[in-house]
Amino acid sequence: MNQSMHQTPTDQVKPVYTYPDSLTEVPLRYCPGCTHGIAHRLVAEVIDELGVRERTVAIAPVGCSVYAYEYFNTDAVQAAHGRGPAVATGIKRTRPDTIVFTYQGDGDLASIGLAEVIHAAARAENFTVIFVNNAVFGMTQGQMAPTTLMGQKTTTTPRGRTIEQGGHPLNICELLAQIPGVAYLARETMIAPKYVMRAKRSIKKAFQAQMQELGFSLVELVSSCPTWWRMKPLEAFAHIEEKMLVQYPLEVFVDKLKEANDSSG
Amino acid sequence: MSERKLINGNEATAEGAIAAGCRYFFGYPITPQNKIPEYMSEHLPDVGGVYVQAESEVAAINMVYGAASTGAWAMTTSSSPGISLMQEGLSYMIGSELPCVVVNMVRGGPGLGNIGPAQSDYWLATRGAGHGDGRCLTFAPFSVQELYDLVGEAFTIAQRYRNPVMILADAILASMREPCRLHERRDPPPGQPEWAVGGPRDGRPRNIINSLYVDLAEEEQVNLRIARRYEEAAQQEIRFVEYGADEPQILICAYGIASRICQTAVQQAMQAGVSVRLIRPISLFPFPEEAIRQWAERVEKILVVELSLGQFIEDVRLAVEGRCPVELMGRTGGMVMTPEEVTDRIVDGRGRLNECLTPGPSAAGRGE
Repeated sequence: MNQSMHQTPTDQVKPVYTYPDSLTEVPLRYCPGCTHGIAHRLVAEVIDELGVRERTVAIAPVGCSVYAYEYFNTDAVQAAHGRGPAVATGIKRTRPDTIVFTYQGDGDLASIGLAEVIHAAARAENFTVIFVNNAVFGMTQGQMAPTTLMGQKTTTTPRGRTIEQGGHPLNICELLAQIPGVAYLARETMIAPKYVMRAKRSIKKAFQAQMQELGFSLVELVSSCPTWWRMKPLEAFAHIEEKMLVQYPLEVFVDKLKEANDSSG
Repeated sequence: MSERKLINGNEATAEGAIAAGCRYFFGYPITPQNKIPEYMSEHLPDVGGVYVQAESEVAAINMVYGAASTGAWAMTTSSSPGISLMQEGLSYMIGSELPCVVVNMVRGGPGLGNIGPAQSDYWLATRGAGHGDGRCLTFAPFSVQELYDLVGEAFTIAQRYRNPVMILADAILASMREPCRLHERRDPPPGQPEWAVGGPRDGRPRNIINSLYVDLAEEEQVNLRIARRYEEAAQQEIRFVEYGADEPQILICAYGIASRICQTAVQQAMQAGVSVRLIRPISLFPFPEEAIRQWAERVEKILVVELSLGQFIEDVRLAVEGRCPVELMGRTGGMVMTPEEVTDRIVDGRGRLNECLTPGPSAAGRGE
């Protein structure tokens, strides 16, 4: 289906930039300046490059990216809020020949679904998690998330997040880094081309770790929410650089792919 | 070939599932059904299956959801508090039109309750599956053999209607040992259903498992499609057993382990001079309302005997629609009535049908 959609328009024009096969042409419903679109594209490009689209199952969350099942041109399952890693476990254990990834926001993964993601990592389940952290509940209109920064104003922390009222931000990668079942773990962002390239490299490694059956892989993408941060898109990117990356520094926490490749010579 | 073995209900559940072709089990420990996950963890690897101990019942049912998405024959089992936690996942499975089998070894409640036998999850099983306009097809065995047979059949029924099937048993059935005729283990059917996920291979259109329909009219159409399957199940899957007098003065309605107690009570009451018939629904949803309605035209009264304080009786009353008095004898909290107590409710001191069958739920357990 997608191939016919993505045909070369004429003999003379050679396309240099098209939709990845692994993305449908359904228009994204995300707000202007939101980085979900970049994240979707990076995941789709990686699936294309690894040549696994025909055996991939995407797991959509509850949150802004609930429609992921319409955007990724793969098989897809929409999971209950936070349960993506449990659903992925069920799929991967029954069909180990599939490539499975969950796509989850910070409400879905760091709040209601924390148990599922930690235990999936502990069991060294062979699937990949794309964790989009924009420090706010976007779809429900801007409430505090576990990852909301100290002092950050949200619709449920109108005076800014305080320890007394909302406790501390939760750093998911740092939590997961100590779990032996994790094969690849990195935090990336998409606020400039160099970061986008880095993010794509990490996403690719996460999928490769899955394909080599090394265990659980997760890439956190520190993302923007101009709408509920009440910022212009460029201000949102500056906010990521100045504030978010202080709380959530970019790092490759675990890379067993490297170890596996090094030890195999 | 078949063999007869002395096993308990938990073992019958596990072996019944494996024998029917179930190869994937996801569960979380809770008494009184721990023997099931133990049995599965021991035996599933022998038949190429997979056992995963989930981190919670919430995760267990969502692993079942994922496994069912690929067309695998998957199940989970639990007991009352754990089944409460599975309601959301079951609702998603109904909405996504996915089959699975769930066994509830009901214990005393509410809350943490106890590990005694109870039927107080009747509403949870027959009305529930969480939020939304869907239900679990529900079946209630009364013996270890029937449990073994029903668990096996439940997989076929779940596939036929693309809907979760709930087997409603209890703490007695879980632990009670009885001779059980076992058949040979079968493999699940080969291949995948056309709707299953596993990657859009060889150019097939991609499959999506989903219960989100933002178009209200579309959601209504989906719900109507699901409802039509329940109507079809009401034509095909109604099961009940009757026992006792052909021209009864009184009809007892009881299911599961309570009906086992009532069988003895029927004999005792008949010997005392009252003609009694017992109707024992095996399918609770769909409910055998027509059979009960027909008896309601012919008996003086109906006594509903249940290990809960008036849950099952609601379906009986909906079937009877006021044709005759329907009264309750309930025990609760893990307590069980004796056959003699049931008989005493039915027969008065002079060997006639009691005028007033039920002193009211608050008197339950006081032995009136």
